[in-house]
Amino acid sequence: MQQPNKLSPFFENLNFERDDNTMVINFGPQHPSAHGQLRLVLELEGEQVVKAYPDIGYLHRGIEKMAENMTYNEFLPTTDRLDYIASTSNNYAYALAVEKLLGIEAPRRAQVIRTMLLELNRIISHLFFVATHALDVGAMSVFLYAFREREFAMDLMEDYCGARLTHSSVRIGGVPLDIPDGWLTQMRAFCDNVDYELEHTYNALLQENRIWKMRLEDVGVISPEDALSWGCTGPMLRGSGIAYDIRKEEPYELYSELDFDIPVADTNDSYGRYRLYMAEMKESTKIIRQLIPMYDETEPQLMAHAPQYISAPKEEIMTQNYALMQHFVLVTQGMRPPKGEVYVPTESPKGELGFYIKSEGEPYAYRLKCRAPSFFHTGLLQELLVGTYIADVVTIIGSTNIVFGEVDR
Amino acid sequence: MRKYVPKDSVQKKAYYTDRFHVVPSTPREDVSTDEVFAKHLETLSAKVDVKSARIELGSMVVEIDHKDNYKAVETLRDECGYAQLTEMSAVDYLAKDGNFEVFYQLLNLKEVKRMRLVMRIEQGLAVESVVPLYKSANFAEREMFDMFGIVSNNHPFMKRILMPEDWEGHPLLKTYPLQGDEFASWYEVDKIFGKDAREAIGPENRDSARIDRYDSKRFSRVGYEVPFGAELTPENETKTEIEYSKTFLVDYTKKSGKQLDKRK
Repeated sequence: MQQPNKLSPFFENLNFERDDNTMVINFGPQHPSAHGQLRLVLELEGEQVVKAYPDIGYLHRGIEKMAENMTYNEFLPTTDRLDYIASTSNNYAYALAVEKLLGIEAPRRAQVIRTMLLELNRIISHLFFVATHALDVGAMSVFLYAFREREFAMDLMEDYCGARLTHSSVRIGGVPLDIPDGWLTQMRAFCDNVDYELEHTYNALLQENRIWKMRLEDVGVISPEDALSWGCTGPMLRGSGIAYDIRKEEPYELYSELDFDIPVADTNDSYGRYRLYMAEMKESTKIIRQLIPMYDETEPQLMAHAPQYISAPKEEIMTQNYALMQHFVLVTQGMRPPKGEVYVPTESPKGELGFYIKSEGEPYAYRLKCRAPSFFHTGLLQELLVGTYIADVVTIIGSTNIVFGEVDR
Repeated sequence: MRKYVPKDSVQKKAYYTDRFHVVPSTPREDVSTDEVFAKHLETLSAKVDVKSARIELGSMVVEIDHKDNYKAVETLRDECGYAQLTEMSAVDYLAKDGNFEVFYQLLNLKEVKRMRLVMRIEQGLAVESVVPLYKSANFAEREMFDMFGIVSNNHPFMKRILMPEDWEGHPLLKTYPLQGDEFASWYEVDKIFGKDAREAIGPENRDSARIDRYDSKRFSRVGYEVPFGAELTPENETKTEIEYSKTFLVDYTKKSGKQLDKRK
């Protein structure tokens, strides 16, 4: 055993033998396939994991505390930093929760744009998953191809809002900007491209790849009961054969009008989940294709009309005195939603992302709880990893698709 | 005199409040308006004492006594089909009512219903852990303990989760300042170098806009450039005139007669 003191500190990554012949190793927090700052303490017997303890909190920034000390609009850009792979879905989940609290609805055009951005973000996030998951397992080239497509998607995001990762492009009450010229054409081309590449590159590289299947099949098996009990949502839940997608079951935005399928895998393993992610990307492009013609039928209004809570459009602020006064009050003091509490779930690329907001009628939320899917998926690791071999640990972590921005918050 | 700051809640307060502003409330409906919820509530109230129930913004909110939490959650899971505990945490009402509100957010996947079970609990009391019913409570209860100091009885591993294990204080309490307390500001110094080093190291700089004009290593001196790492003091600081490139600049002060605005 080590005897740490001031001069010889405790070396966390020293492997040491224990009395019962097990070995304790630290996986992370600075491990390239730990997907951020996951420290996993693994107790090994030979190559088999007998105990796993996920240690989180290395990226804790106190976002929930910050939310209590910021006005509702001030907090919105902070939500970008939760799941930084798909920031629009965070922005959206937060905006939707506040909108529900206020009792307002975004105008139709904003809804079309939001849904389009959400699905684009889902593609970005899923491509990132395929890329890093394949990289973790050892397929380097997939990473390069997937990042190429992801770059095109990020270019589209950049054309829309000017940012690539931290978008903040969904606001409370609508969206700040209309779609630029030619964006929809590019979007359609992008969808075609993604569909083509999914079929001809990723599927060709991975789907029936012998090594890929050997590494993924029957690895990280989650039974449906466990998936429910551990609070698994999104692809983790559907990968265990339970077809529950919040977009379909509790539709928000335009999802009730759109035609899409919910892919489900009943193999319960990593390979099934991988297939699921690939199928979901296809569904996303299908949704975006349906949304493109819907855009032209909408009125140009982008922000909801609720003078008590939301600033008027810029033209009105510049021309009308009362709109300017309202804007001044909303910027300096912040909006004051009604007293009450709300929990709004949305289907983020990782799973159920929900915001619980408790309002006491003040411009600052009394309590904000962010229900992050990855947090619960990390909790699952302590049971899922037991009994697996050390080579599969990385596969399983990759397959849970956890992002530490939202685990630690 | 110093401005009075209430000690029981250091959360940011509204700068201005209208004396005549009446805070509206979110629409609340009776549980009997929804058949499924009414059925669930009936099943629940047969087992435990329900203090109040309402439907708020689409989900049922049921308040119970904190002693009944395990039984209530068990009934909801086994008899009402709430198969998933999606979230649980607490809200700090110590300053207002002298207690915490603990909530369980439950999801019924079959009937697509969400409900919230809430209960009030005094500081220092522990809640019964629901980990035997829902494993997702494992991390959630640890987080609740970490953030509020509410202990769950019979939890398999009741340790801090997000904050370091030797941390003092519970960050989401209203008494805990946003910037961190005295302990937090010296945590790293104490841990790495020991308490004796506090004086030598000094307090942490939290001003992100701070500029040290005599530090030539970390700050650039536009127009007054000196070699990297040069020793600078107020005495030896030399002034050099800022020289701008004249190529693209238009001298607006000169009356050159050049018309800049076509409308004139």
